[in-house]
Amino acid sequence: MAFITASWNPLGEAFYSKTELYEMSWTLRDGLRDSLVAAAPYGGPILLREPHRRSPSSRPRLEIYSASGVAIASFPSGPVVHLGWTVCDELLCIQEDGTVLIYDLFGSFKRHFSMQEVVQSQVLEAKVFHSPYGTGIAIVTGSFRFTLATNIDDLKLRRLPEVPLQGKPSCWVVLTQDRQTKVLLSNGPELFILDNTSCTAVCPPGLSPQAGSIVHMSMSFTYKYLALFTDTGHLWMGFSNLQEKLSEVHTKKTTIPKQMVCRRPKSQQPSVALMWDRLLLVVGVCNDTIQYCQDIFKIASMAPGALLLEAHREYESSQKADEYLREIKEQSMLGEAVRQCVEAAGHEYDTNTQKSLMRAASFGKCFLTDFSPDHFVTTCRELRVLNAVRDSAVGLPLTHTLVYRQFYPLAIEICRYLKIPDYQGVSRVLKHWASCKVQQKDLADEAIARAVCVKVGDSPGVSYSDIAAKAYECGRTELAIKLQLLDFEARSGEQVPLLLKMKRSQLALSKAVESGDTDLSVYTVVTYLKNEMNRGDFFMTLRNQPVALSLYRQFCKLQEQETLKDLYNQDDDHQELANYYVTASYREKRLEGRLALLQSAVDEYNKAKNEFAVKATEDEMRLLRFQRKLDDEKGAGLLGLYWWLKLKSLAEKEEWEELEKFSKSKKSPIGYLAFVEVCIKCNNKYEAKKYVSKVTPEQKVKAHLAIDLEGAADAAIERRNDSEMGAVLFRCSASDRLLIDRLNRARATATKK
Amino acid sequence: MAAHLSYGRVNLNILREAARKELREFLDKCAGSKAIVWDEYLTGPFGLIAQYSLLKEHEVEKMFTLKSGRLPPADVKNIIFFVRPRLELMDIIADNITSEDRHHSSRDFHILFVPRRSMLCEQRLKEQGVLGSFINIDEYILDLIPYDGDLLSMEYESAFRECYLENDQTSLYHTAKGLMTLQALYGTIPQIYGKGDCARLVANMMLRMKREFAGSQNQILPVFDSLLLLDRNVDLLTPLATQLTYEGLIDEIYGINNGYVKLPPEKFAQKKQGEASKDLPTEPKKLQLNSAEELYAEIRDKNFNAVGAALSKKAKIISAAFEERHNAKTVGEIKQFVSQLPHMQAARSSLANHTSIAELIKDITTSEAFFDNLTVEQEFMTGVDTDKVNTYIEDCIAQKDPLIKILRLVSMQSVCNNGLKHKVLDYYKREILQTYGYEHMLTLNNLEKAGLLKPQTSSRNNYPTIRKTLKLWMEDANEQNPNDISYVYSGYAPLSIRLTQILARPGWRSIEEVLKMLPGPHFEERQQLPSGLHKKRQQGENRTTLVFFLGGVTYAEIAALRFLSQVEDSGMEYVIATTKLINGTTWIKSLMDRPECQAQ
Repeated sequence: MAFITASWNPLGEAFYSKTELYEMSWTLRDGLRDSLVAAAPYGGPILLREPHRRSPSSRPRLEIYSASGVAIASFPSGPVVHLGWTVCDELLCIQEDGTVLIYDLFGSFKRHFSMQEVVQSQVLEAKVFHSPYGTGIAIVTGSFRFTLATNIDDLKLRRLPEVPLQGKPSCWVVLTQDRQTKVLLSNGPELFILDNTSCTAVCPPGLSPQAGSIVHMSMSFTYKYLALFTDTGHLWMGFSNLQEKLSEVHTKKTTIPKQMVCRRPKSQQPSVALMWDRLLLVVGVCNDTIQYCQDIFKIASMAPGALLLEAHREYESSQKADEYLREIKEQSMLGEAVRQCVEAAGHEYDTNTQKSLMRAASFGKCFLTDFSPDHFVTTCRELRVLNAVRDSAVGLPLTHTLVYRQFYPLAIEICRYLKIPDYQGVSRVLKHWASCKVQQKDLADEAIARAVCVKVGDSPGVSYSDIAAKAYECGRTELAIKLQLLDFEARSGEQVPLLLKMKRSQLALSKAVESGDTDLSVYTVVTYLKNEMNRGDFFMTLRNQPVALSLYRQFCKLQEQETLKDLYNQDDDHQELANYYVTASYREKRLEGRLALLQSAVDEYNKAKNEFAVKATEDEMRLLRFQRKLDDEKGAGLLGLYWWLKLKSLAEKEEWEELEKFSKSKKSPIGYLAFVEVCIKCNNKYEAKKYVSKVTPEQKVKAHLAIDLEGAADAAIERRNDSEMGAVLFRCSASDRLLIDRLNRARATATKK
Repeated sequence: MAAHLSYGRVNLNILREAARKELREFLDKCAGSKAIVWDEYLTGPFGLIAQYSLLKEHEVEKMFTLKSGRLPPADVKNIIFFVRPRLELMDIIADNITSEDRHHSSRDFHILFVPRRSMLCEQRLKEQGVLGSFINIDEYILDLIPYDGDLLSMEYESAFRECYLENDQTSLYHTAKGLMTLQALYGTIPQIYGKGDCARLVANMMLRMKREFAGSQNQILPVFDSLLLLDRNVDLLTPLATQLTYEGLIDEIYGINNGYVKLPPEKFAQKKQGEASKDLPTEPKKLQLNSAEELYAEIRDKNFNAVGAALSKKAKIISAAFEERHNAKTVGEIKQFVSQLPHMQAARSSLANHTSIAELIKDITTSEAFFDNLTVEQEFMTGVDTDKVNTYIEDCIAQKDPLIKILRLVSMQSVCNNGLKHKVLDYYKREILQTYGYEHMLTLNNLEKAGLLKPQTSSRNNYPTIRKTLKLWMEDANEQNPNDISYVYSGYAPLSIRLTQILARPGWRSIEEVLKMLPGPHFEERQQLPSGLHKKRQQGENRTTLVFFLGGVTYAEIAALRFLSQVEDSGMEYVIATTKLINGTTWIKSLMDRPECQAQ
């Protein structure tokens, strides 16, 4: 028996082998040559469209097969440009006019949308791509304009800017970088990156100048690596940001490959697989290639794992085992050897080989004292399951997608067996089962609700909202409501949108309140209800939900004062209504308005039997009226303040003429002494004098005092006022002899009388 | 930088790091140079998470305060608004964006909502026609912020007002979310206790949210043994009393904001030798206060009367350490001395700072006004003449003392008397309105709604029963070497902390009667732990309780809990969480209504 390792071909540090997964059980009349083919990711189903027939009357048929070639569904289709699968195994048919039809795995039509807001021209080519945002579609039209939708479940069409093209782009790919989705396209020797706003010419670093035009390109699944193939047979591989080249190989093939796939297997280096009609070529970063048209490389590996495998085989038959084992042990690589064997078993498809590898691992394990068995045990478990699923009757190379094919019991058993945490495993299966159950038209609502309730119960992480949404989608509103009413849903918030859609506003509101998320739920529901309902009903609905009502009140306080009043009115909340009027009174500038509002407040406080507040408010009104009276009499208040401000600012700016005009414009409510004083303060005696004559008699002396002593003395003597004369005397200094005498004399005469 | 967060029983630095990581991730989402436009309220809380240096490392070149009109010029690629989800702020943002010169600017706009995005706000932006201008609209979930080694705060100022005046439970939702985040990092908390309506709501939300994530629960060994949720309105009395711990007094007198205090500069003038300190600094002195400062950690929770002695003891130790230099003879000894110098110098400057602060505080605490106020407070708390109009309050109103002081005292009297007689209450209210203006009508109204002021109903005054059962007043409080939590208020043992203490031992069953007198339900819930995560307690190992004060907590209450953690045989250590750190003044202020246009 040959070394098992022999069929693995080295490529740099990595090894590759080609395996036929299934012998396809389909019988195709025309082969695959002219059909459109789309295989779903992760070993999902395969879709075929039969080649166009000559007669235009017969519509082509679409056929869905499992990965092992078992027919799942078949149905007629329109003029399809491209076929693809979404991440959840839905089928996308992109038609010439940009319409995209969505079918489920079993060929039943689900919905459709268009990739063109206005049908402008025919879709030339389309691509389906997957990104963290979901499944996206990109199209290029006959006028060479690209349009993108990054997530078909949340459709936002983006028309990309024009590209300076000479004819049709020779090839293009979609890539996701820095959270932006872009298109990389080539046109003759040129390469462009097209994003939302611009089209930039780029050049892959290190591409030989004689490489020619790029005719084929491929992006790795994670958008990290890019492979470019030129018309001269050069294959360039590097990072998709076009910053760094990984390798360049001259394949010496000048025909365009039919398919080219760029990928990076787990923890290994990236590689590119190219397919021509009769040749499969794998190219790695080390510039090596493997050709699968014939077996060339058959090199026995000497890795510890391989040695261990041989050792075990020898152990079963002869005595050479010891020799192999010693060799491994000498390199103290036994642990590594066991690990390699277990890992290799995990990657192997052939069950017999898996067995030998695992046996070898277990054999080697015996010689190790402290080797953790976890990895070994898990792999054993996984292998058993994978083998069960890979059985051609099921036809699935991978687990998760089981549920989409409705193999529920198997899926649940697998989850339990693999010890997948409930929320990732069983719960997900149950959710799918329930979603499918609610679509069974032959069962009564009650029966379904009960069945779901029994099976799903309150399994963690099962969203009843999602199940109910499914029911509603199929027109079973009553069932949806029944499901919502089961109090199993933990995320009350998530139920809200559906309940609103079903016009169960009361229920939606109470669920929203229950969630506690005031913004997302309560405000959303409340604003929705406000627009949907008439005012009376809206208020009544709120009344039953005090929390929602208070939130709405808060909103109104900020945004809609009038509504606030209506709300209080409807509730006969006189106390709050009164407070509302008090608050409003502060916004009111005019006294009459303010008094009116306060009177309303008094009325409401009365109704609320708040005697204290009634009295306090009435006092406040009295006070306001009194103040007003004072203002009127003395002419002070705001008007006075205005005169003061204007006077001061004019004086400071030394606009004396303006000031004089202003003084004559009206009778000054602040008198004219202020004018004198302000002028003096600004060091302008001349201007100050102008206003002295206008000052009231009582203030004459004071005004003169500010300007000159003599004038003040004259005024005081004229008024025969003893205290005023005294005040002037007080300001006189020794040099003012004459003035002092005059004043003293006048005083003496004044007192005599 | 934030090492003090990891010294406590629970390493709160994990939480801080998680918050920083998320911030960095968001900043990196906006590639290129950036300017941040801040909702001013957020700068304080953010300061507890990240300094400017972190922002700078992620290409934040400019920072502005959010205000109407055109944005200041900045040569950056990205403009990021950090805002709370409030409608009025959306209008300002919209104004900023519409004033932007569209043709010349190729700047990218982003919004980061803190702590959550809001449909209502996005709707508003849409109505204003600017929603499409934003490349990224994201949320930065910042619920619980690590404030100190044993302290978490949401820095959510309006929580009490929203819950008790406006019936708005948004803050409770954030609280529950914050507690879920905490459990994701520190394990499921097996036991939840609570007292009060809000506590009940938060616990309900938590249990519901747990079901949401059921199955995905983490496999972390629980760090907290239990959680106690306490409504602030269960204990309205404590925040009204003047705090008498060192930290409490700093907060009462100068106000501690997001961990910083601003002090009058005179006492902190740098006195350089030979240089006459002619120009005194005019900017207030800003100091950060937390346990990173060794001396502060030592004295913060002491009764102020014990601080002087502690400071002088410390002074002696430090000067003795400096004296050591004379004994250092060999090169080795000198080298060792020098290596300790930076630490000693830091200790000396810290000592100088706190001596200055203590002097400032002492000027106030030794004043007659302070003494009179305290005497009245203590009379109320011991139940002396709480049913009559108090002459001291009357005098204070007559002298037009600060209104908040009056409101604190009247509220305290009302709480200690389980409501005031109609005549008494009306008298106070009338005096207040006549002296301070009618516009305070609504504030009085609010205090009544919150239960701080209330007319006495026919029911008996139950405060004396509560006081006696819970031993709220301790005659012989030892301020120097405390043996009971009552030292934090020189006699009054905070009710909230008594409840916490009794819960630990002997349990709430012993005080059922009193619990019924306090508002809201009390309850206990258990959260199932995944098998294998049950703690095997070592002999003598303490249990850890997270005490969450819904509606705010005072520094004195925190001091009391720290005291309980340190009592040798308590067997319990406490970590404290709250919506906001409060004192009587900030608390009453948050309940006041200020009509847009004041009368007069």
